[in-house]
Amino acid sequence: MQLPILESINLMAVLPVLIIAGWACVLLVFDLLIPRSRKHWTAWLALVGLLGAAVALFFQIGHFARLGSEAAFDGMVTVDGFSIFLQVVFVLTAIVGVLLALDYLPRHGIERGEYYVLLLFTTIGMMIMSMAADLIVVFVALELLSIPLYILSGFAGMRETSEEAALKYFLLGAFASSFLVYGIALTYGGTGTTRLTGIAQAVTSDALNLPLTTVGMGLLLVGLGFKVAAVPFHMWTPDVYQGAPTPVTAFMSVGAKAGGFAALIRVLVTAFPAIASEWGTLIAVIAGLTMLLGNIVAISQSNIKRMLAYSSIAHAGYILLAVAAAQRSENASFAIGAVVFYLLAYALTNLGAFTVAIAVERDDGTGTEIDDFAGLGKTRPWMALAMALFMLSLTGMPISGGLVGKVFVFQAALQAVPGDPLLLAVVIIGVLTSVVSAFYYLKVIMVMYMREGEGKAVLPLALKTVLAATAFGTLVLGIIPGPVFQMAQRAMLK
Amino acid sequence: MGEWTFIALLFIISLILPAVPIIAGRLLGPRKPNPLKNSTYECGVETVGDTWVQFKVQYYIFALVFLIFDIEVVFLYPWAVAYHQLPLFGVVAGIVFIVTLAEALIYAWRKGALEWV
Amino acid sequence: MIPLHWYLLVAAGMFALGIYGVLARRNAVAILMSIELMLNAVNINLVAFWRYMAPEALNGQMFAILVFAVAAAEAAVGLALIISIYRNRETVVAEDINLLKW
Repeated sequence: MQLPILESINLMAVLPVLIIAGWACVLLVFDLLIPRSRKHWTAWLALVGLLGAAVALFFQIGHFARLGSEAAFDGMVTVDGFSIFLQVVFVLTAIVGVLLALDYLPRHGIERGEYYVLLLFTTIGMMIMSMAADLIVVFVALELLSIPLYILSGFAGMRETSEEAALKYFLLGAFASSFLVYGIALTYGGTGTTRLTGIAQAVTSDALNLPLTTVGMGLLLVGLGFKVAAVPFHMWTPDVYQGAPTPVTAFMSVGAKAGGFAALIRVLVTAFPAIASEWGTLIAVIAGLTMLLGNIVAISQSNIKRMLAYSSIAHAGYILLAVAAAQRSENASFAIGAVVFYLLAYALTNLGAFTVAIAVERDDGTGTEIDDFAGLGKTRPWMALAMALFMLSLTGMPISGGLVGKVFVFQAALQAVPGDPLLLAVVIIGVLTSVVSAFYYLKVIMVMYMREGEGKAVLPLALKTVLAATAFGTLVLGIIPGPVFQMAQRAMLK
Repeated sequence: MGEWTFIALLFIISLILPAVPIIAGRLLGPRKPNPLKNSTYECGVETVGDTWVQFKVQYYIFALVFLIFDIEVVFLYPWAVAYHQLPLFGVVAGIVFIVTLAEALIYAWRKGALEWV
Repeated sequence: MIPLHWYLLVAAGMFALGIYGVLARRNAVAILMSIELMLNAVNINLVAFWRYMAPEALNGQMFAILVFAVAAAEAAVGLALIISIYRNRETVVAEDINLLKW
């Protein structure tokens, strides 16, 4: 074996990850010195680290727009437009995750510096996931993403629901990731390599053990399907989303999902283009089921966190539809652009919706029913307006990022229909379930404006900032999506 | 079939080895049971209290910390074996790894996970 | 040499046992143990594939080491969670941990 030399390590390409990783390690020790009553210092320090990574990313955007892609760590990771775009999403989500927790944690009596450190660690996992070029990296990044999240969802330890959410998430997550590694092992056995490009070569050559590789790919899909909460691997989602502390739910509903999709696209598009019609059909079927189940079960929910959990399952279905559309290689760039754009729009909208849920939630963890939103239209008109915007965006109504995202997704799927007629049926399911989804999203708006209630909400400055930023972002994506979508489309791998 | 014979032999020997002393003990040893001899063996002292006592949580935390550090050492093994061929970067990477472990130890220590109460 | 598929059969059997354990056992610790069994089945697979398919690169071996390091981290987090639940509720039976339901 040849030992790697320094140039092939290419630390500059992964600078944002290194900044956050180093900062998280420093912060872990630094937090020991910070007195119990001053834990918000840790939060601000975590923000400093994330902003540092954001600055590094900013400089990388220009660099990679010119150069295309760069390998690092001897080809184990690839940094390209796709990963930079998603890293921006992850860092933004992490910043929001810190801001949301700033007041929530002390208010609920669960303030500990480890929250912010764990948040940084799971963000690193997501970022590495988006640049994985080797199945080993996919696995390690997935675990780095998951393990801190298991702890974070149990962060409100004295609340039994939180603990229970953590245990469920942990047991099912570990179960799913063992399927993932088994899939990786079989793929490795079938192709003799774990490098994604190497697998792609092996799949087209004769040396391949096709049954082994196909089964391996199937098991990989199980593991990643769990992370993105696709039917039939969604069972954990509602329980965990409801039980976890709300800032964690907000963070994980966006970050973990985007991380899962990043790996899904990397693996399917880079490693298995030769059997694209097989995985395309499989993903399309899963997408259809996911949209149906998520949207229909969401109707009967009375808890806002649980409702948003089923909504997140449903949205995973829409994104999967675009992933399925990436099976045709001439169409892949548009489809992946649609996925990335949808992820960004969903991130902004969903973070905003959870911000409102946090503002309405009471200190003992109650106040998460949809009925608790009654009267907000009068007492908190701006917040109610923002929430209405988020709900409309999640439904896919005009002047919101959600609508544009859905249009791109359906367009991508329709372009791929000649290769796979099944997609047409799934698009029809998608449009119909979007209509169904209006039912439960509009219910929230109705409760806010039509029903009398106390309309109590606590809205400190950090939450106000997040709310304004996410609402603004949702609107911008809805009104002038062009520039962002172009960037998303250029983000394509290769 | 050569290596199968070895496995079969190994299997038979592994059965014989423990069986011989047990059978020999049965056949050769004198048998004079009394209540003390029949009681559960616990370091020569008479058993005190119930076997199913609850351990202190501290004990589990110790075990967990041990588990992590025990496993992490495995990464140092290939590093140490290939030490003479490593470029500078490899050495630095190993040092970074050890520093990270030390940091985790400091964390565990300051959080009181190493105190035996 | 013993043919590759013998190793694969053992690994598949262990993996299936692990799945059975996860689905059938009610004790959270036992479920965790079953998951570890599944991961170790994967390790057998990885090392066998490495030896028979691609012995010139160290991928398979390295991956096996990473898998059990990660498994240890998972076990530590899982056990910590289970201990904390046990302290609060005096039970580790997964069916009794059922405040959240849909």
